[in-house]
Amino acid sequence: MARKPPSFSDVKTNVQDNVIWKSIFRPGSIYRKGYRDTSRDRALAAMNNVLYHLHPVKVKRHGLKLTYTYCLGGLSFFLFILLTITGIFLMFFYTPAAGAGTEIAYANMRDISASVTFGNLVRNLHRWGAHAMVFTVFLHMARVFYHGAYKPPREFNWVVGVILLLLTLLLSFTGYLLPWDQLALWAVTVGTNMMGYTPVFGEQVQFVLLGGVSIGPNTLLRWYVLHVLFIPFVTVIFLAVHFWRIRKDGGISGPL
Amino acid sequence: MAEEVSIDQEVYDRLIAAGTSERIARAKAKAATVRKSKIAEGASLGPRPADQAGKALEEYRSSQGGGGTAVATKTGGDDTGNGGGRLTPDERAARVAASLGTQPSSIGVPAASEHTHRLLALVPPAGIQQVQSKQMDKVYTWPHLLLVEFVALLAMGSLLLIASFFLDAPLGSLANPNQVPAINKAPWYFMGLQELLRYFHPMVAGVTMPGVGVVMLMAVPYIDKNPSARPENRKVANLAFTFFMTFWTILVIIGSFLRGAGYEWVWPWTQGLGFTL
Ligand code: HEM
Repeated sequence: MARKPPSFSDVKTNVQDNVIWKSIFRPGSIYRKGYRDTSRDRALAAMNNVLYHLHPVKVKRHGLKLTYTYCLGGLSFFLFILLTITGIFLMFFYTPAAGAGTEIAYANMRDISASVTFGNLVRNLHRWGAHAMVFTVFLHMARVFYHGAYKPPREFNWVVGVILLLLTLLLSFTGYLLPWDQLALWAVTVGTNMMGYTPVFGEQVQFVLLGGVSIGPNTLLRWYVLHVLFIPFVTVIFLAVHFWRIRKDGGISGPL
Repeated sequence: MAEEVSIDQEVYDRLIAAGTSERIARAKAKAATVRKSKIAEGASLGPRPADQAGKALEEYRSSQGGGGTAVATKTGGDDTGNGGGRLTPDERAARVAASLGTQPSSIGVPAASEHTHRLLALVPPAGIQQVQSKQMDKVYTWPHLLLVEFVALLAMGSLLLIASFFLDAPLGSLANPNQVPAINKAPWYFMGLQELLRYFHPMVAGVTMPGVGVVMLMAVPYIDKNPSARPENRKVANLAFTFFMTFWTILVIIGSFLRGAGYEWVWPWTQGLGFTL
């Protein structure tokens, strides 16, 4: 007694029309049964989605043109996410320990490049992604300037943006030390020597940042914690404020 | 994924004839189709809350002998009618009582009405935030914006994947504090600072100039008081910003590509680039 196999649309109906599926996808979701390409359902698709935290139901038509934002803010955010994901992968294989006889960090870097599955690819993604993020954030700032998009009521979001730029640079710079090779050590030496010239507190600032009078194992541990935990944490908070302000300030600026 | 909704031709033609724009007519005609099919399925669409509450208020006022129009549910600040558009305390009390069902239907809403949640319509206009914004040409986030974002993400993702497949991140020899490398450079985004260090005292190049720079950058919106965002009205601002960006880019390029061992000037075609990412 052979039964006919269910057709694709039978399966689709059965999968979509049950308690569990409907509990996951809220009304209006494009994955829910009965989504129709109407104004109402398009509005619900945004409103009943977690993305509603980021996007309004409707956006200004001119903001969609590639030449308005060049997607630079969005791409900076995408790179931040990508760096978080690849960074977590690298953390599985890396210990921030250095010192004569215990050069673990450097040995870990060699292992990641040579023997960890996909290790080299993920490390490359993390490295090139970091450079790309610094670049896209710079360009994003320039496009915001040339559009005068910092004008009232968006003044404060520009300030938040400058803080994000500094945080991006700090993220990149703290990461630069972690491979613990000659390149890292001396690039960071150039940078931290300058901080020593801070008026009045120069020596103290340098001592706190280096965990000593010169770059050593303490610096590596300190910068590792800053790089993987502290600065990303602060960045996420400022990103939340940045995105929230974009919506509260009336969405994307313009048209010019 | 999406079922195509047909256009209600009759509604569409009527709207077009009335001079409605093509886009809006299409949307309304689609909505009409959906409404028809819902009614055919037996769904009750019911009266609009605002209509009903407005009618109720009108009835109440005429029963009280007042001649005011129903304005309580209007949110546009239309201040005609008695009480300057507000409900009198009496009216408000009566309506609350009516919708809670504690008093027989005195103002038109049956006490046993299933529509008690339409209390919403009792908010006086003054209590509603009045948003004044111009109507703009807008499109739906889904699908229009999300599609653009998705494409941008795929493009950037594949670019990075390809780069990472062919180019390896550098890894030098083990860090050695006792051996200064011949070419000693900061990461590229700090090369502007390192280049400044060539010309100024470290405190000026490393602390004062970047400090002033960051503060100036943050102060830009408060310095630039020009309300216009059009390029032709802000030539000075654009010129100044372009000048600083170009200046900085040149410093970074010199530091990155034209400095060699001992941070001395070299030409890339004599001794190579001396640059690592
Ligand atoms: C981690 C870095 C940053 C991220 C992820 C980010 C993200 C975004 C996104 C997604 C937007 C929406 C519009 C667009 O894509 O252009 C935006 C807008 C904006 N950003 Fe950023 N941003 C960052 C850094 C900055 C910086 C450095 C500045 C300026 C110094 C800035 C100032 C602004 C302003 C003023 C707007 C509103 C623009 C408008 O309404 O047209 N942001 N940002």
